Amino acid sequence: MLGEGLLKGLAETAKNFAGSFVSKERLITVQYPEERHPLPEASRNFPFLVYDGADWEAGLRCVACQICEKECPPKCIYIEKSKDKKPDYVGKMQIYPARFDIDISVCMSCQICVEVCPFEAIKMDTEFELATDDRFGGLLQDRKQLAKSNEYYHAIHPTEASEVDARLAEEKAKVEEKARAAAAAAAAKAAAPAAPAAPAATPSPAAPKEGEGSQPQ
Amino acid sequence: MTNTLDQIFVLLKHWIMGLFPVGLQPIVGIVLSVVAILAVFPGLFAFSVLMERKGLGRMQNRIGPNRVGPFGILQPVADGIKALIKEDVVPYNADHIVHFFAPIVLVVVVFMGYAVLPMGRNMTFVPMDAGLLFYFAMGASAELSVFMAGWSSRNKYSLLGAMRAVAQMISYEIPLLMTSVIIVMMTGSLSLDKIVEAQNHYTWGLPHWYVFTPMGFAAFVMFAIAATAETNRSPFDLPEGESEIVAGYFTEYSGFKFAEFFLGEYVAMLSISGLGATLFLGGWSAPLEALNFIPSWIWFFAKIMLAICGFIWLRGTFPRLRQDQLMNFAWKFVLPMTLIDLVVTGLWRFLGEGWLRWAVCSAILLAAYLITARMGMRSKKLGPRSYRYAE
Repeated sequence: MLGEGLLKGLAETAKNFAGSFVSKERLITVQYPEERHPLPEASRNFPFLVYDGADWEAGLRCVACQICEKECPPKCIYIEKSKDKKPDYVGKMQIYPARFDIDISVCMSCQICVEVCPFEAIKMDTEFELATDDRFGGLLQDRKQLAKSNEYYHAIHPTEASEVDARLAEEKAKVEEKARAAAAAAAAKAAAPAAPAAPAATPSPAAPKEGEGSQPQ
Repeated sequence: MTNTLDQIFVLLKHWIMGLFPVGLQPIVGIVLSVVAILAVFPGLFAFSVLMERKGLGRMQNRIGPNRVGPFGILQPVADGIKALIKEDVVPYNADHIVHFFAPIVLVVVVFMGYAVLPMGRNMTFVPMDAGLLFYFAMGASAELSVFMAGWSSRNKYSLLGAMRAVAQMISYEIPLLMTSVIIVMMTGSLSLDKIVEAQNHYTWGLPHWYVFTPMGFAAFVMFAIAATAETNRSPFDLPEGESEIVAGYFTEYSGFKFAEFFLGEYVAMLSISGLGATLFLGGWSAPLEALNFIPSWIWFFAKIMLAICGFIWLRGTFPRLRQDQLMNFAWKFVLPMTLIDLVVTGLWRFLGEGWLRWAVCSAILLAAYLITARMGMRSKKLGPRSYRYAE
């Protein structure tokens, strides 16, 4: 019958209209600045630098190897190496970035810098409210703005951060093992130069190889 | 007291006129009425835009605008400021003069229609004997403005929009006029004041509105359809079809000229609602005799706003028609129905008082509706479309 469908449609919208005043679950819109959807774990926007511990400058994982700078397709990363060195997470002396700038107006969020970084030092952030009234300065982030704690990394990407932590702990353990073995070997050498300690010496040829593999620089 | 409140605007006008010398009084009276119309209806326009946005939001399970002011009630102010400070871009190849005048013509003609609408007891600006005729003359001029806008923009989307608009407005102008002719036949007058007076009496406390007669009801439905099409409202918003032709005839308008088109469209909607209320819903008369103590102008504006709610409801529900569906609907359903309705109105007069004319007229109209609809559905002119290859 002509007009039947029209009446059905009108009834439907009337139901929606009245229902939206009665039941709150009908209103699916998220009132953005006040309330927001949690971001999915895989979301990413622009890179940031991870640091361990409390002091961002001392804990920065980046060793200024410049791999990310070279790999970055739009060339939005600028790094200046330091003249002096500071200990990294395992205690080895490393140079650090005296300057580390990312121009997020150029960055295309490709995550290549994260994939190439051998030190787990650069990761993707989920922060998206980066609007600024300064076109150039406001979108050029220096290393202080980029530095964010490992706890923050855990908060935004928990699974990935735990994996990274496990890997780093493993490496650190290996390095410590190697150091201990080397120390033991040295001690044994010093104590009994005539009798070499066979069980302590066996892991030492294997350890340096793996150590080299994890630190390609 | 009731009477004073009812006539408060008339008394106010006469009081202000009394402050001026006798020679100036007619001019002052005219200026006062014009100022009142120019103040009230754009205000209602702002209110109905807000109501539309909130209402549509609710129909789509959203909240609607809620940022500017408490509950978003200052949204129209923000929109107005935005429209005023935007750059006014005119295409290089446009016909500048016509392009400039098109929105002005629209707003002027649309406001002219209010001159004859009785907005309350003794509250007609120009109580014309042929008020209805004047109203339709002004309403038809809106098409001129639409075509001026479309033609002068030198843009194919504008022109397509304007052609669609003119085709649609002319097609639906006919049922609009025909349904009004039914009311004229029943009243015997073209004067809108007389039409309201004819409806303003009661039997057992119930009003004699024309919508409560069989042919009046049929005419009211046809009028509502034609009025929706005439004001280019959804589902008849083909001239503006955003998804097809950008914004139709006002594609090339920006800033305040765009706002003028927007204003014109809504003010036309308010005015045609006012005409509909006057013709079918008893104008400023109260819906029950017991409610007569409420001032007449409140009833008129309440009826207008109710009609606007209806327009919003339709817009929130129906998808846009296709051009051929639009034309088929106008010429093969609405027009035959109005013609039959005209005949029935003549018959009503000669069947005398009593239940017989109610039964006969209702039966004829119902049968006409069933037959026209069935025929239309069968020949696939109306109703859902069947596809030969796509299914």
